[in-house]
Amino acid sequence: MFEIFGIPSTALFGQLLIGLINGSFYALLSLGLAVIFGMLNIINFTHGAQFMLGAVAAYMLLKFTGIGYWSALILAPIIVGAIGILIERFFLQWIYKLDHLYGLLLTFGLALIVEGVSRNYLGSAGLPYTLPESLRGGQNLGFMFLPNYRVWVIVASLSVCLGTWFLIERTRIGAYLRAATENPTLVRAFGINVPRMITLTYGFGVALAAFAGVMAAPIYNVSPNMGSDLIIVVFAVVVIGGMGSILGAVLSGFGLGIIEGLTKVFFPEASNTVVFVIMAIVLLVRPAGLFGRRA
Amino acid sequence: MTERVADPMTQQPSLWRQQSETIGFVVMVVALVVAPFVTYPLFLMQAMCFALFACAFNLLIGYVGLLSFGHALYFGWASYLAAYSAKAWGFTPEFAILTGTATAALCGFLAGALAIRRQGIYFAMTTLAFAQMMYFVALRMKFTGGEDGIQAVPRGYLFGLIDLRNESAMYVVVLVIFLAGFMLIHRIINSPFGEVLKAIRENETRAISLGYKTDRYKLLAFVLSATLAGVAGSTKAILVQIASLTDVNWPMSGEVVLMSLVGGLGTIFGPVAGSFVILTLQYKLSFLGEWLLVIQGVIFVACVLLFRRGIVGEIANRLRIRL
Repeated sequence: MFEIFGIPSTALFGQLLIGLINGSFYALLSLGLAVIFGMLNIINFTHGAQFMLGAVAAYMLLKFTGIGYWSALILAPIIVGAIGILIERFFLQWIYKLDHLYGLLLTFGLALIVEGVSRNYLGSAGLPYTLPESLRGGQNLGFMFLPNYRVWVIVASLSVCLGTWFLIERTRIGAYLRAATENPTLVRAFGINVPRMITLTYGFGVALAAFAGVMAAPIYNVSPNMGSDLIIVVFAVVVIGGMGSILGAVLSGFGLGIIEGLTKVFFPEASNTVVFVIMAIVLLVRPAGLFGRRA
Repeated sequence: MTERVADPMTQQPSLWRQQSETIGFVVMVVALVVAPFVTYPLFLMQAMCFALFACAFNLLIGYVGLLSFGHALYFGWASYLAAYSAKAWGFTPEFAILTGTATAALCGFLAGALAIRRQGIYFAMTTLAFAQMMYFVALRMKFTGGEDGIQAVPRGYLFGLIDLRNESAMYVVVLVIFLAGFMLIHRIINSPFGEVLKAIRENETRAISLGYKTDRYKLLAFVLSATLAGVAGSTKAILVQIASLTDVNWPMSGEVVLMSLVGGLGTIFGPVAGSFVILTLQYKLSFLGEWLLVIQGVIFVACVLLFRRGIVGEIANRLRIRL
């Protein structure tokens, strides 16, 4: 037990850890938004609702079929991703030729539907999700207590983020994807099924959100509004980082999570608003975003 | 963003086509004067506040092509300041409304100056983020009353003379404010300034190359829109005697988008029609509880996929008139 700037180390590192956890979710969600925006030119407002659906799916799997956390971590993203694919086929595909803003309005409407339906069936209060035995407990590092589960969340989301980066930047599929982002007509001319690629990309982005949702379930309670509160912060993260680069989204996600955590220690009143204040500063200094290219 | 309506000036228009906006306006005024004898005045007054709010929002999306997803900020903060100044400082209603409006104008200037530095989709996200920030500020600050809001706001005496607890007097005041705001917006849209705004909507790069400082035009339009949203919010706070977190939270921003979309983006009367339709739905279907949110979502989806012109836009397009 020691103090840094008059703050007990346990509080400081504890909040830093919470910051990293929140940062993991920011990173995963803004990554998904960036991937979807790259291919579909749509800002997926439903992303928060799909994050929530991931958590709800994990909860339902445990409650009704007894399927535990580890399987849910795979199954829930597949289920929610499949729902995403249906959404793309039934709704989104009709508006690609319209102004981008219609995409925002459409996905906002879909988010309201998903949230409203879940509120009716789950109620507004949170439902607890119990951790698997293997992830309970933690390490006492002397200067702080480190719960195992939180370490797992950070490691898992970092790996998924890096994996996605590798998939898009270093593999053949990723090369097709980047090419189709630049010039879909030309890529189609080479015999690649671009519409299917768009559908799968949306499904993948949604699955990322659901994956984050499953990991969030044991930390926050599973509640219908867990996504809508988060998605607006993630929008700010996206404005700060710019959606041009995968690593940019990941870095700004984690970075802002940490800053938010530290703010909670030194200036708790501002912890909810600090991300937005940083957004304002970034808009003043670098309007295109930290990692963005000028449009 | 708006569906183009066939230009009625290309063929020789008949007189009633030329005057379609005037006719529409007269119909609206007559309807609003007669309506309180037919249905609940309080409902109509609330609907007029929301109609003005939606018209202010539509000024940006319909005529400058800027989608603000954070208009609850100006509406909500104006209602807080109007309510607080009326209750705590004993302001008369007209000064309370002015206080709220000034607050909205200031917020609009600050948020607008930053938000217009980004275009399109980023603009929408930025405005939403700023609104959420100010929601948290409202949640934290003492004077807003947090979760309780500011309750039992006195309606007071207009100019120190007219007792607004009288429903008829209140109705006239709200009607006058609504019509004044509506006519101001109509005037803005049809002024040379409004023509530049439309040029920016169509092709901003071209407007810049013609020598217009588009950022200034966009900022002024943003401030005007926020200010009028503030008038609506302040009036509503005095009318219903409550200012609460609902008015400043993101679902409110979504609601005003929905109202304008249903009525018809980029039409003069669309937002008015839209807000009356949405409020009527909310009122008639209030027994559905949380399902109302689902219904709103369905209307959003249906409007974007099938009905982008909105009610008024569709009528205007069928009859080939401007509304």
